[in-house]
This record gives sequence, structure tokens and C-alpha cells, in this order.
Amino acid sequence: MNNRHIYVLAALLTALGLGLFAYKAKVLGFPLKPQQETQIWNIEAAVAFEPGPAAVKATLRIPSLTPGYSLLDENFISRGFGLTTRIAPAGREAQWAVREASGPQTLYYRAAVYRDDTRLAEDTTPPFPEQPVLDEPSRVALEALIAEVRRQSADVSSFTTELLRRINQGDRDPYVRLFLKRGHTVVDRVQLATVFLAGASIPARVAHGVTLRSAPGPVQPEAMLEVHDGVQWLYFNPQTLQQGLPRDFLIWWRGDEPIAEIEGGFNLNVTLAVQENLLPAMTVAERRAERSGSHAVDFSLFALPIATQAVYSVLLMVPIGALMIVLLRNFVGVKTFGTFMPVLIALAFRETRLVWGILLFAIIVSLGLLIRFYLEKLRLLLVPRLTCVLTVVVLLMLAISIVSQKLGLQPGLSLALFPMVIIAMTIERMSIVWEERGASEAMQEGAGSLVVAAIAYLAMGLIWLEHLVFVFPELLLLVLAATLLAGRYTGYRLLELRRFKGVLPSESSP
Amino acid sequence: MIFDRARRLKDAGVLGLNKRNGDYILRFNPRSRYPLVDDKLKTKQLAIAAGIAVPPLYGVIRTQHDIRSLPEIVRDHPQFVLKPAHGSAGDGIVVIAGRSGSRYRTIGGTLLDADHLAHHLSNAVNGQFSLGGVQDVVIVEYMVRFSPLFEEVSYQGVPDIRIIVFRGYPVMAMVRLPTRASGGKANLHQGAVGAGIDIGTGTTLTGVLGTEVITHHPDTTNPISGLQIPDWDTMLDIAARCYELTGLGYIGVDIVLDRDRGPLVLELNARPGLAIQIANRQGLLRRLKICEERADFTAAPADRVAFSKQAFKYPVG
Repeated sequence: MNNRHIYVLAALLTALGLGLFAYKAKVLGFPLKPQQETQIWNIEAAVAFEPGPAAVKATLRIPSLTPGYSLLDENFISRGFGLTTRIAPAGREAQWAVREASGPQTLYYRAAVYRDDTRLAEDTTPPFPEQPVLDEPSRVALEALIAEVRRQSADVSSFTTELLRRINQGDRDPYVRLFLKRGHTVVDRVQLATVFLAGASIPARVAHGVTLRSAPGPVQPEAMLEVHDGVQWLYFNPQTLQQGLPRDFLIWWRGDEPIAEIEGGFNLNVTLAVQENLLPAMTVAERRAERSGSHAVDFSLFALPIATQAVYSVLLMVPIGALMIVLLRNFVGVKTFGTFMPVLIALAFRETRLVWGILLFAIIVSLGLLIRFYLEKLRLLLVPRLTCVLTVVVLLMLAISIVSQKLGLQPGLSLALFPMVIIAMTIERMSIVWEERGASEAMQEGAGSLVVAAIAYLAMGLIWLEHLVFVFPELLLLVLAATLLAGRYTGYRLLELRRFKGVLPSESSP
Repeated sequence: MIFDRARRLKDAGVLGLNKRNGDYILRFNPRSRYPLVDDKLKTKQLAIAAGIAVPPLYGVIRTQHDIRSLPEIVRDHPQFVLKPAHGSAGDGIVVIAGRSGSRYRTIGGTLLDADHLAHHLSNAVNGQFSLGGVQDVVIVEYMVRFSPLFEEVSYQGVPDIRIIVFRGYPVMAMVRLPTRASGGKANLHQGAVGAGIDIGTGTTLTGVLGTEVITHHPDTTNPISGLQIPDWDTMLDIAARCYELTGLGYIGVDIVLDRDRGPLVLELNARPGLAIQIANRQGLLRRLKICEERADFTAAPADRVAFSKQAFKYPVG
């Protein structure tokens, strides 16, 4: 009665539906399109060693702060070892310990990561680093180098680049030569850079990581230089001097320590491997929601058994079909048999496909009508007559199925899903309309029902819509809001524009 | 094009189905009162109690068993009408105009044996013609002998007069004239002719067949417009009083004019159709608005009729 009440209610429902939808789509990453897959990488560290005679303790540094990536899942495979994970200053560590072990041992750490651009680097500003403790000649060389580099640079970024360039020159640079050992590695050079940067009071650290490739196989850890410019962390490739964190680079651990350490064992060998994988986006979103502690998944359809989910994937589309009926009846003015019969017919069409569905429906209803007209002559009472029609409909369906099987026509078989009671009622109603109001009226209503059913079927068959409604059932609140508004639509129906044409001629306006 | 047409209809004050349902029926017709009009037997009993003339009731067939008593009920009445109490749009009505031996002759001339009629009654009692197929009862009543006035402009059947009554005020009226195409039924969408009536004087305006404006009856070829409906004031009075009878604010009152008994109420309709606008070639909404703006809804029936006759005198502007 009160339109404002309805507008407010519809607005609330819309806001609620859209809000939940946006939260699930944006924050939890529920997929908007069907069959969407998310790229994930399975990373693995195999820690192999030979235990000594006494207790063994192996430490593995594992990913914790990974800009650009989020952890989906991780697990540790360590038969017979006690496992603890802890947060160390440089990141997370897993520690395996066993009192006694014999023979070569391999421990595994496995994790799945996915690209997550919302995940940024640490945003706390680190304290100024302590000055490195050096002997006098080294200290003088360091200061001279810093002074020279500083002269040739404008800011932290260009300072670091220049520094790395000089370190890369190695022996040819008079200052750097003093600091580099024979046979130094890239990691050594990056570590050296952090020492120099500490000398210049710039916070810096080594970030070790792997490049996530699509081809499966072992990967070598690579080192990056992480430098804080007072605002944010900058990343430098020590070899190419390129600034910025490559998109496919996953930071595994930080600091000067190696990836793994062992106490009470020897021959420690760590192999890293990466494998790209595609997972249904829904699976990723679910696990992600679980990890972030959101209850959105607990209360979603995915918590239900698969068979029930399949039922709901159909049921959730019924309101969409019903909305089509509202539109076609109240806005267009199509006449149908029964209010929601076309939706049921449309559901049956899901199995038979549209053209066959319409054909089979027309065949059954026309045959049924013939039988019904014959039964009329027998003067049966109403309920027995309806039952007769129903029985005949079932037999007709059976006959059509068998004949189409013989002819090798598949769609005839799916006929069994037609709602036969509905068909029997349709036949009954159609025959009455036929007798009372004439064949044209009956045909009109019959055709109207079929057209509405076909439109409802097409709407309910939209794959993307089905997916959306299944993953985001809250979108039905929008359907509800639309229906509420449609319920107060008091304008003309499309077909009324023609119907009342006769009222319009010029003399109708005074 | 579409919006232009919609705007023109709106300007002409045409009432659409959605608006009728949403703004009039839902607002003025309390659900609890529907049974009074949906059950024609109840309507009849109410009308009799209120002193409104209706076709006399001969008997009621309530069960399968009662069907046997039909010959008993109609023994003294060679002509009668069988009418399902819950039928809509004239469905299931059989008009018997006489006998031929043991058989009944319908108004259309078809001969029905007792068996056939019993079957029809059984269908009706079992709810074939009622909304939702619920059990029904069949009314056996007086067959209206329509006034010779309409013989000129009807083909068989009984012409009836439909008056839309809004909160006690008659707002629009038409006469429905059966044609050969409508099979003697006074139903517009089955091909009967509808002719608007000037509420002020009770004379017919031009007719409409389907959506086509006509001036002469298609079967009898007599002119339709300019006919004076007899007892027009009585009809308006009856229609106005049906508001108090039912408490429904938006109804269609169907009245027939009997040769001997004068105007009789055939039935009331809580969801009257909108074709009356085509027959009058004018929108209902404008008249409803006039009522809402100017009428006093506490007035007595006679005052309401006076208001309507004055406000809705042709041409209504």
C-alpha cells in the first residue's frame, strides 16, 4: 500500500545483496565467471641430510612475507620428527627434531601459493642499521666508497644502483676488491651490498626467493637486494641492477643465513622445486576464505553435499524463471495456463533442450487433448477423468520414448522429466477453455504458455547467470527487490496499449 | 512509439489491469468479502435479504446425489438456468428454454438428454468450472425473459447491463449484446457487442465489436446507439445499493432486464473486466478520479445515484 515502504525495502534488499556480493567477489575472490581457474604454484623444499649418532635438529626457513603472493595451503612431511614452526626475526622457521635417526633422511615442506596483488611488502619502517664493525683499513675504504657513490647518486635508489654496479665490477674496483673473497657468489655480493648500505645508514637485507615458472622442476634460489628508502622497500636485482620485484619472484626467506641449517647431522642438501597448477577458482576462494577466518564459506552452498548442491543449482534458478513470468505477465500481458506452470515446463526443457522440448510438449498436449475430447463423450466424473488423462499422458510419454529410442533419437528419452501432472492439468484446462471460450482462446493461452516457458528456459539456461546465482545466492535478494517493485507497477501492460487503442480516437479527448 | 501510446492512454484516463489490481481491487475490496460475490448462491441470498430483485431461485444441487432431484426441482418450470455458484465468466451456465419429450432444449436449440445434463451437473458439482477446481454447487433458477427492447439488437441469449460501482457510485455502464459469434453469450471477448451507456440518461452510445467501433448489430443489422434503457434509475439504484450489500469498493454489477420482473441482479464481480472502457470509448480512471476528488463516500444510495447521473452525463469531460 505504501510505496515508500516498498522502495525502502527494495533498496535495503538490493544493498544487502550487492554488499554481500561485492564482499565475496572482491575480498574473498569468489569467481564471477564459470569454470574460472586460478593459477597456483606448488612449491616444495626437500631437506635431505644424514643424521649423526645423537639428536638431530633441522631448521628450514619458510615463506612468510611474500609481496604479490599469498599462501593458500602448506604442509610438512616429516615422518618420525617433531615439528615446530616459529616466527624468527627474519621470518618463519620450521624446526624438525628427532632424538635418534638412522640412514639418510628427507623432510619435505610443501606449500601452494597464488598471486595476490593486494599483498604488499611490510610497511613498517625498519630502524637505522648498526654500523658494521670493521678493521681500520676496511673502514677507510668503506667510507671512501660511500662518499664516492653518494657523489654519483641522488637518492637511495640511485645510490643502491651505483653501489651494485661497483660491486659487480668486483676486482676492478679498488675499494670493493678489499672486501670480496676469492670465488664469491651472487649472494656474497648482495651481502656485501647490505654491509655497505649499513655503513651509509640505509636499512637493507638480502631476500632469497625463487622464480615461479610454468615448467615443473627444481629451481635455484636467487638473491635480491631489499633496500628501504625511508618510505618503502625497494628491490634490486643484483646482477641486472634492475629495480623492482619481478612479478614471478616469490620471496622465500630473508637474511644472511642459508635456507636450512642442521645440528647433529651432516651432508645437508636442500632442493627447491616449483610446479604450476590450475585450480578451480572456487576452490582457491574457499580455502582463502577459510584461512582468513571468514564464515562466508561455512554458510555457502559449498558446505552442502555435492548431490544437494546440484539440486540447488537448479532450484536457485527458479526465481529467475518466475521473474520472467512476472515480466511477461504484468509488463507484457501474455496469457498463460496457470501461474507458474511455464516455469515447470521450462525446467523440463533443461533436459530435452528447447526445440525438442516444445515439439514434444506440443505433441503430448495435442494427443492428450484428442483423448480428452473422446473421454468427454464417455461422461466421466471430474477426478476419474483427470486420472484417465494423467494415465494416458504417462503412456503417451512412454510410447514416445520407446519410438524415439527405436529411431535413435536421444531427446525422446529425457521426456520422462516432463511434469506429467502439470501436463494433465494443462490438457484439462485447455479442453475446458476450448469448449467454453473457443479454440482460438485455448490456442492463444497454450501458445502463450509455451512462449513464456521458452523465455523462462532461456533465462534459466544462462550459464553465467546460473554460476552467479549459485556462487552468490544473495543475488536472489535483487530478484526479490525487483519483484517487490514489479508488484507495485501499476502502469499499462504492453499488450494493453493495443487492446485499449479503441478508447483513444480523437473524440475520446474532450 | 510505445511510450507515446502509453502517455496518450494515460491522458485519456484509461485504467490498466495492473492499476486496477494494485490501486483499486487491492485497496477497496477486502479479501474477506470475496466469498460474498464469488459464490453466486450467497450473493443471491444476500440480495434477497436486502430486497434487491434477483432471478427467483428454484433449487440448489449440492452433491452428486442431488442431481437426481433436478426433474423434481424443475417440474413446474419448463424454462430454467443451471449456473455453477463459483463459475467465472459465464463458464458452465446452461440455459434450458424448453422440453422436447424427455429431452431438454437449450436456448441455442441443442437437444440434451437427461443423461447429458446430469453429466454436466456432475462436472460442475465436482468443480470443473470453479476457480481452483474446488467442489461447487449448482444453482437452478428462473430463466430471464428479456425485454423486447433488446430483441432488435441481440442474437439469442440474454443481453445484460454491466455497471461498475466505485465505493457506492455507479461510474461506468455498458450493455452487452450477444451475437451469433458469441454463441448467445453476453461475453465481450467471445464476440458479443458492447455498447456504452450514458449514465446520465440511460441511452446507449456507439457499440464495439472486438476493438472495432460499430453502429449496427452484426446479426440483426439494427442500430445500436440511442436506445433508451427502461428502468434506468432503478438499475442505478440497485447497483449503488450493491455496495452496502457486499462492502466491496470496486465491483461490477450485472443486471438483466426481465420482461415481467424488471431489472434483476444476475451476479456481482469483484474483479470486473476493463473492456467496458472500450465500449464507452473512454477511460475509467478519469471517472474514478472524479469520484475520489468530489464524491462524499458517506452519502446515501439515492444521493450517490444523483451525483453519478450528474457527474457522468455524456459527454463526461
